[in-house]
Amino acid sequence: MKKFNKVLALTLALVLVVASFAACGGKAEKEEVTKLGLSESPLAAPEITKDYEIKEDFKIGFICLHDDKSTYDLNFINAINSVQDALGLTDEQVIIKTNIPEGSECYEAAKDLANQGCNIIFANSFGHESYMIQAAKEFPEIEFCHATGTKAHTEGLDNFHNAFASIYQGRYLAGIVAGLKLNEMIADGTITADKAKMGYVGAYTYAEVISGYTSFYLGAKSVCPSVTMEVQFTGEWYNVTEEKNAAEALISRGCVLISQHADSMGAPGACKAANVPNVSYNGDTYDACPNTFLVSSAINWAPYFNYIIACENNGEEIATDWCGGIDEGSVVLSGINQDIVAEGTMAAIEEAITGFKTGTLRVFDTETFTVKKKPLDTYMANVDDTDADNSPDTEAIHKDGYFNESAERSAPYFDVKIDGIKLLNEKF
Amino acid sequence: MSKNNSKTRSPLFHIVKRDPMTWYGALGVRIFAIAAALLLSAVVIMLLAQKNPLEFYKAIIDGAFGSVDRIWILAQNLVMLLCVSLAVTPAFKMKFWNIGAEGQVLVGGLATATVMMFFGDKMSLPLLIVVMTLASITAGIIWALLPAISKALWNTNETLFTLMMNYIAIQLVAFFLKRFVKSGSGVLEPMHEYGLPVIADMPYLLNIIIVAVLTIIVYIYLKYSKQGYEISVVGESENTAKYIGINVKKVIVRTLIISGAICGIAGLLLVGGTNHTISTTTVGGRGFTAIMVSWLAKFNPFVMVLTSFLIVFLERGAEQVSSQFRIPSSISDIITGIILFFIIGCEFFLQYKIVFSKHRKEND
Repeated sequence: MKKFNKVLALTLALVLVVASFAACGGKAEKEEVTKLGLSESPLAAPEITKDYEIKEDFKIGFICLHDDKSTYDLNFINAINSVQDALGLTDEQVIIKTNIPEGSECYEAAKDLANQGCNIIFANSFGHESYMIQAAKEFPEIEFCHATGTKAHTEGLDNFHNAFASIYQGRYLAGIVAGLKLNEMIADGTITADKAKMGYVGAYTYAEVISGYTSFYLGAKSVCPSVTMEVQFTGEWYNVTEEKNAAEALISRGCVLISQHADSMGAPGACKAANVPNVSYNGDTYDACPNTFLVSSAINWAPYFNYIIACENNGEEIATDWCGGIDEGSVVLSGINQDIVAEGTMAAIEEAITGFKTGTLRVFDTETFTVKKKPLDTYMANVDDTDADNSPDTEAIHKDGYFNESAERSAPYFDVKIDGIKLLNEKF
Repeated sequence: MSKNNSKTRSPLFHIVKRDPMTWYGALGVRIFAIAAALLLSAVVIMLLAQKNPLEFYKAIIDGAFGSVDRIWILAQNLVMLLCVSLAVTPAFKMKFWNIGAEGQVLVGGLATATVMMFFGDKMSLPLLIVVMTLASITAGIIWALLPAISKALWNTNETLFTLMMNYIAIQLVAFFLKRFVKSGSGVLEPMHEYGLPVIADMPYLLNIIIVAVLTIIVYIYLKYSKQGYEISVVGESENTAKYIGINVKKVIVRTLIISGAICGIAGLLLVGGTNHTISTTTVGGRGFTAIMVSWLAKFNPFVMVLTSFLIVFLERGAEQVSSQFRIPSSISDIITGIILFFIIGCEFFLQYKIVFSKHRKEND
C-alpha cells in the first residue's frame, strides 16, 4: 500500500515537471519569432575619457542611501563602477558605503571615510546634506560632494559642493515617446483624443518631482496637444506596495499610460499586469516588462565623478553647483522598445535632442503651458534654502520666455502647478 | 497492516529535557556553537562570495574596532539597542508580548522633535531639556499604556495591538514631516543648536552614561524589588498571582508604564542626543531586535549588555564587509543570520538532549 503511494506520488511529480517544461518551451519559441526588442539608445552614456594623472594615494568614498536593490542607488553604483574601471582605480581607492540612513549615520560614515584617507567624499541622497555639511566643516582639507542638495551656494564652504543633472530634458524626451504612443492609440481608435490621459506616480510634492512630471507632461503635450495627466503621490521614495497601488488606482481612473518618479518596481509591475504602456526612470525595465516598457530616462553620474576626480588631481576647484546636461552625457535615455512604440518615435527624439543642443528647444517654454489659464510671465522661485519658511526669492522666468531651470543652483526649483495636470492627493 | 506497523516502529530519536548543565559544560556547548557557526559561514563566503574567510573575519573585527571613531559608534549603537531592550524586558518577563517598542520609541522621539522645533527658541536650554524629557517619556507611556489598559480591562490581544501602534506612530511621523517641513522634501533639517548637552566633547558619552545607569536600575528593580517579584509571578502563572493576592491588572498597567517610559527615554536620546532630527526610520528596527536581545539574555540586564554587543558587533562588521569586499549587504546578512541561528540553537541543546532509539534495528 505504502509503496504504491510512493510510486504514484513520484509518477505524478514527474508528469508535472515534464508538462511544465513542455509548456515553457512552447511559449519561449513563439515569443522569439515576433520580438524586435530594444533599439540602440538614442542618448547613450558617453565613454569616459581620462586626460589627467591620478595620484597614487588618491581615494574617493561614496555614501549611498540603499544598496543595489533600489534602482536609484543602483544607478549611482553602476556609474561608480564604470568610472573606476575607466580610470583604473583599485578597490582600495574607491570605497562604497551602502545602506546609510539620512541621520547621524551619514555624518559617521563621512567621518569614517575621512579617517580612511579619502580625498573626496560623495553622498547620494537629499537628506544626507546637513550631515555632509557637518563633516565638511570638520575636515576642511577634504572635498565633500552631494547629489540633489540645495545648500552649497548659500553655505559658503569652499569644500562643499552640490550636483545634479538637467534630467528634465530627459523626461521631456521620454514624454515625447509617451505622446506619440497616445497619438497612435487615438489614430487606431483605442481611445478618443479627449481620453488621452496619462498617470504619474510621484514620491513627494517637492520641486524635484514637480519639475520631473511637468517636463514629462510637456514632452507628451508637444506632440499630443489634447493630453492630460493625473499625479498620485506616495510620500516615500521606495515603497513597492504603495507605488503599485498608486499605479493601479491611476489605471482604474482611466489613465492609458503610466510613468513614475519613485524607486521601486511597483509601478512598472502594475503596468505589466494591466498591460498598460509604462515610461520608466533610472534604467530600463525591459527585461521585467517586455510588453509594456516604452523607454526610460536616467541621470548618468559618471561624467560628474570623472569631473570631480579630475579637479582633485589637477588641483582645480570643484564647482559649487554642477548641473550636467545632454552635452556632458549626464542625461541619458535607454533604448526604445521597438515592439510597442509608435512609428517615427526615434526620429522625433533625435530632432528634440538637436533642439536642446542648439538651444532652440526649451522644456519650460512659457508659450507651451498656462497656469490658471494665464501664461506665466513672472515667477519667484525658492532657490535659497536659508530662510526657515522657504519663501520665494529669485525671479526664474528668463527674458527670452522660458523658466530657467537649474541655472541658479543645480537642484531643480520648478514647482509651478500648470494646467492639464491634476494632483490627486497632495498629502505628501 | 498500518496499525501493526505503527506498533512496532519507534521514532528514530526523541527529545528529552536534560538536567542542568555544569557551567563549563554550558560554556563548552556555546563555544562549540560559535565555532560551528564560523565554520559554516566560512563555507558560505567561499562558495557565494569567493572570498578568503580569514580576510572576511578580519574585516568584521576591523569594522567594529578599526578606529577610535568606530569604537565610539559601536558603543553608541550598543547602548541604544540596550536601552530599547531594557524597555521591553519587564513586559516580556511578565509574558506581555510587547512588540510595539519601535513605535513607543518613535513617538518619544517625535515628542522630543516637536518640543525642539516649536519651543527651541522660546526657552532656555535647561528648561527645554526638562520639557523634552517629560514630553518624550509621556509620549512613550501613552503608546504603551493604550494596549496595556485594553489588555487589563478587555483582555485584548496585546501582540496585535502593540504591533498596530507601530504603524500609527510611523504615520504620525510622516504626517509631522509633511505638515511642518516647508520644502515638501520630507527631510527635517537637524536642529543642532537644541538638544542634550555634550560631555567633554564626546557626543555619545551622555547616552552611554544614561543607559549604564538605567541598566543598573532595571536590574535592581527586577531582581530585588517587590514589584519586580510580582512581574515574575504574573509571568510564570497568572492564576498563582491571583491566588496569592496580586492585582494582575495593576501589575500589567504599571509594568507597561515603565516599559513605555524607558522607550520614551530611548526616543529622547536618539532624537535629542544623537540625530537632532526625526524620520520614519530613526529607530531603525531596534524595537524588534531588542526582543531578541532580551530573550537571548533571559531578561538579565547585565547579560543584555553582552547580547546587544554581539548583535551590534555583527551589524557593524557586516557593514564593513559589504563595503570592503563590494558584496551585496544580503551576504553579510546571511552570515549574521547563520551566527545568530547557531547561538540561539545552542540554547536549545543546553536544555534538551536528543536520545536515539536503541531498538530501532530490531524492529525494522
